Amino acid sequence: MTSPLLSAKSLSRFYGPQRAVNQLDFEIYKGEVLGFLGPNGAGKSTSMKMLSGNLAPNEGEITINGYDLLSQPKQAKAHIGYLPEQPPLYKELSVIEFLSFCARINQIPSTKRKQAVEMTIERCGLGNVRKRLISHLSKGYQQRVGIAQAIVHTPAVIILDEPTSGLDPIQIREIRQLIKDIAQEHSVILSTHILPEVQMLCDRVKIINQGTLVFNDTTQALQQQMQSSSLLVTFQSPPTLTTLEQINGVMLVTALSNTRFKIHYQPEQNPTQMILEAAIAQQWQLTSLSPEQHSLEDVFMNIIQQETEQQGEQA
Amino acid sequence: MFTLARHELYRLFLSPLAWLTLALSQLILAYLFLTHIDYFMQIQGKISALPGAPGVTELVALPLFNNAATILLLLTPLLTMRLIAEERRNDSFPLLLSAPLSATQIVLGKYFGTLGFFLILVGLIACMPLSLSTGTTLDLTAIASGVFGLTLLVASFTAIGLFLSSLTKQPTIAAISTFSALFFLWIIDWAGNTGESTLLGWLSLLSHFQPILHGDIHSKDIAYYGIVILFFLTLTIHRINAQRLS
Repeated sequence: MTSPLLSAKSLSRFYGPQRAVNQLDFEIYKGEVLGFLGPNGAGKSTSMKMLSGNLAPNEGEITINGYDLLSQPKQAKAHIGYLPEQPPLYKELSVIEFLSFCARINQIPSTKRKQAVEMTIERCGLGNVRKRLISHLSKGYQQRVGIAQAIVHTPAVIILDEPTSGLDPIQIREIRQLIKDIAQEHSVILSTHILPEVQMLCDRVKIINQGTLVFNDTTQALQQQMQSSSLLVTFQSPPTLTTLEQINGVMLVTALSNTRFKIHYQPEQNPTQMILEAAIAQQWQLTSLSPEQHSLEDVFMNIIQQETEQQGEQA
Repeated sequence: MFTLARHELYRLFLSPLAWLTLALSQLILAYLFLTHIDYFMQIQGKISALPGAPGVTELVALPLFNNAATILLLLTPLLTMRLIAEERRNDSFPLLLSAPLSATQIVLGKYFGTLGFFLILVGLIACMPLSLSTGTTLDLTAIASGVFGLTLLVASFTAIGLFLSSLTKQPTIAAISTFSALFFLWIIDWAGNTGESTLLGWLSLLSHFQPILHGDIHSKDIAYYGIVILFFLTLTIHRINAQRLS
């Protein structure tokens, strides 16, 4: 495996006696979108600030593209683009002025600057508003300018801190699409507390709770956690509960209403086929059958709970 | 660094603040300039007979520069307060912090950008006495030393203002503390004016400005301003670096 573009080892950060981030390991490889999840106050923003060099960690080290962020900050910072929770904008400037300034402070040579700015404007769909003042733009467009600011110098890693918070659903969709496009060329670290966003955009997920990493795997693994071992079925003329329970593999049946049932089964013995056959043979008039999906929220809570329990046992 | 300085200056001129500051300070100084000229016209006849009498430069330009120093004392806090405090309040500071710039570059960029504005202001002020050269001969070296003194003065004002702006998130607090600090350094020698070279007298911004204004350019006065500027700029750089740790 190639070495990671950005790697952080055992990052810790204290605010006074309070531990905001505890022994966090972080690594991102080329062309990958990493979702960074956690409830509010879990230490997401603090970690993002540390990775972008806005905040120095109390312990641990961060390497970006081979440069140490603490001892060679200039070279390291040239390889990251950072969008904080509040987009950092000079609202009295127009979009194009602002982006050329960003290109300048990120040391893009003057011959390539104009091209870089134009390309960024195009990629972020800012063509129509390029001469408008940033203060006159809607929140969604301001967010786009914020993203544009982070990608103008084509950094290897882009760090986005809750890029869709405070936007309306249409704007959220547009921003997500934009992130998807960006992810084709850059590695992205995306912090959020919205789980579907991670499902849509990310290859890998890290979940943080109270400053500690509690989950670190691919999005697929997270989705597997979501698959539960129960079916939701509706029959027009239902059989008795005991009949259902006698089907091979079924562990427990609960009636949700007269016609709707929840069937729990052992994960290794999926009884769907058996139920279908029985329903047809005995004319239960099956009208719907669907595997129940845990929402990501459930999984999220589960993981956090499991972690807390484990800590309780260890203690 | 110069990118930042240019950007700072450009942003300043985008807001009405810069234009208003330039216009109003010009208005007030022009009025004072006229009263000085008026006074000079009145006494011109009486003093022209005296040998070694003060000329137009000493009677018009020097008082004007003195007034300008007071006005700059009032203006500097208003312009330096926004430098870092406002960036923090608008959450735009991370843009500079996550760019490949060192704290030194950020601080110097902001410093020179604002200083550029004040140099324009000083330049405009210098134009007033220079306009008299159409009608009379001026002591150009005296004017040059006045401009030099004013530049040093405003450069140290800006450094102090920049530092105090880096301490807080509220521009108003930065403005008030800068004004107090400057005013205090201005009048600090009032307490110690019994001795010739007391510590308090040495600390005073004013006591180093007067000799330069009168054409007495000593290296100790230049060194004083140099020390003030370096001291406060270094403090600001440290402050920004320390912020990442706090």
